[in-house]
Amino acid sequence: MGEKRIIETFDLTKYYNGQAAVHKLNLHVKEGEVFGFLGPNGSGKTTTLLMLLGLSSPSEGRALVCGLDPAKDSRKIKARVGYLPENVGFYTDLDAVQTLDFIADLNGIPADEAERRIQEVLELVGLKKEARKKVGAYSRGMKQRLGIAEVLIKNPSVLFLDELTLGLDPEGATKLVDLIAQLNQDKGMTVLLSSHNLYQVQRICNRVGIMINGKMVAQGSMEQLAEERLGIGDKEYSLEEIYLRYFQES
Amino acid sequence: MHGVVAICRKELADHFSSYRFVILFALIAMVSFITSYMAGLHLRESLEGVAKPKFVFLMLFNTRGALFSLVQFVAFFGPLIGIVLGFDAINKERAQGTLIKIMSQPIYRDAVINGKFLAGVVTISIMLIAITLVVSGFGLTIVGVVPGVEEVIRLFVYVLISIFYISFWLGLAILFSILFKSISTSALASVAVWIFLSFFVSLGASVLADSIAPVDRQRGVSPEVLVKNARIKETASLFSPMVLYSEASGIIIDPMRKTTRSIVMMGALEQLSLSRFQNPLPLGQSLVVVYPHVTALIAITLICFAISYLVFILQEIRT
Repeated sequence: MGEKRIIETFDLTKYYNGQAAVHKLNLHVKEGEVFGFLGPNGSGKTTTLLMLLGLSSPSEGRALVCGLDPAKDSRKIKARVGYLPENVGFYTDLDAVQTLDFIADLNGIPADEAERRIQEVLELVGLKKEARKKVGAYSRGMKQRLGIAEVLIKNPSVLFLDELTLGLDPEGATKLVDLIAQLNQDKGMTVLLSSHNLYQVQRICNRVGIMINGKMVAQGSMEQLAEERLGIGDKEYSLEEIYLRYFQES
Repeated sequence: MHGVVAICRKELADHFSSYRFVILFALIAMVSFITSYMAGLHLRESLEGVAKPKFVFLMLFNTRGALFSLVQFVAFFGPLIGIVLGFDAINKERAQGTLIKIMSQPIYRDAVINGKFLAGVVTISIMLIAITLVVSGFGLTIVGVVPGVEEVIRLFVYVLISIFYISFWLGLAILFSILFKSISTSALASVAVWIFLSFFVSLGASVLADSIAPVDRQRGVSPEVLVKNARIKETASLFSPMVLYSEASGIIIDPMRKTTRSIVMMGALEQLSLSRFQNPLPLGQSLVVVYPHVTALIAITLICFAISYLVFILQEIRT
């Protein structure tokens, strides 16, 4: 894990109908780290991710992703960042290969290169056997794995994963989180993981940020936050305890 | 550019493999066959034993079969093709969660709407060209007349005008698919506008003309008032794309028609004797006559697409 900041925001703010969805957010994620982005529903996590991709323009403040400004270089950022939205949708009449082929086409990957990468990512997410099955027949877990494959096809250096394990059974969730940890270790991908599954976040994240009502109320390593709020930095604690303490105080 | 091409390719594959397209195409092809068959039989009977007039081949397209001619059929049902291809273009993607996925790929934001509109226009073009060719081939065997160069050019211009006409409805349907989240609402809104512009504008034009220049047939009316009434009706009717299209395509397909604004009233015998001394209008002159109509059709198509484009670009993306 390097010291270089791959994501940085400076008083990033977004108003919807006069209400602040994100308020003066100052966040930084270092290269190669897995950053847990926590917070209740409606706390502004997804809005932040959309602003970081340049899909939504900030009302105030600015951000840098891979050294680029999302407001000006959205396309360049989207070429380097793989985004898996919450409740990702699929064309149910296509199979996995056709789905990935379409995403490769959108990324401008040449056909022969795309074919190679499709096989590679299908192998990686464990969908090679079901590659020719219509996506409409996939289970929730298989769809999430296909979502990861879509994200990986462009060979990104950063992953934005929004509620990766939502609706998955514990075994499926664990396998998926292990896959992300493996990608982080093997390929050095920086991961911004937004999740409600605190146990999984604690398992793989180097640092976490807690957002409540559009504001970042805490940011740091779990030891730091445990020390700060619970006073037990070197003892056993759970991220859930830390999170609830911040939530109650906010 | 690769974004537009990729989305266009995907949309084309979707259109051509969808039941919706197959049913629509089969329906239009069937009606076209029946219409041209009836028209062909009618023409063959009429031309038996007489010298064949000029532009017989084009009569296949504008001679009424049992109910209507092919040109009338496209004017009436063509909008449905555009509406069917576009009413769920954006809101379906939004509802199934694929829009955000596409937008998070390294493409320009307008690639989505450009790709979808382009695919729709290509589909409409393929559909119209295929039907025109099939009807031409079919008619050729029935009537037994080979089309001349001018007839082929006139058919080409007719297909071009038809593509713009149906593309207007495609643009309108795409606009509603951006404005309304619900797929059924956008479909309903498109059909409502189709019915209004195709039927009620003509009705409204008559009401407007009668209120400004009333024509009382019981008491008799001056020719000036009659002309004024007809002019107001004609001008107000031009707000309907169907009227614009019908007049433009009518002039192109029928070289004997020389104006879109004729209000001369003649009896049947007068018309018959006059037609003996009439010559068809050259293609260049026909194009001059329909120039305002075609320009207006192209303009409303582009304006409609431009509004869709702007609304889509300015819309906030939320998951």
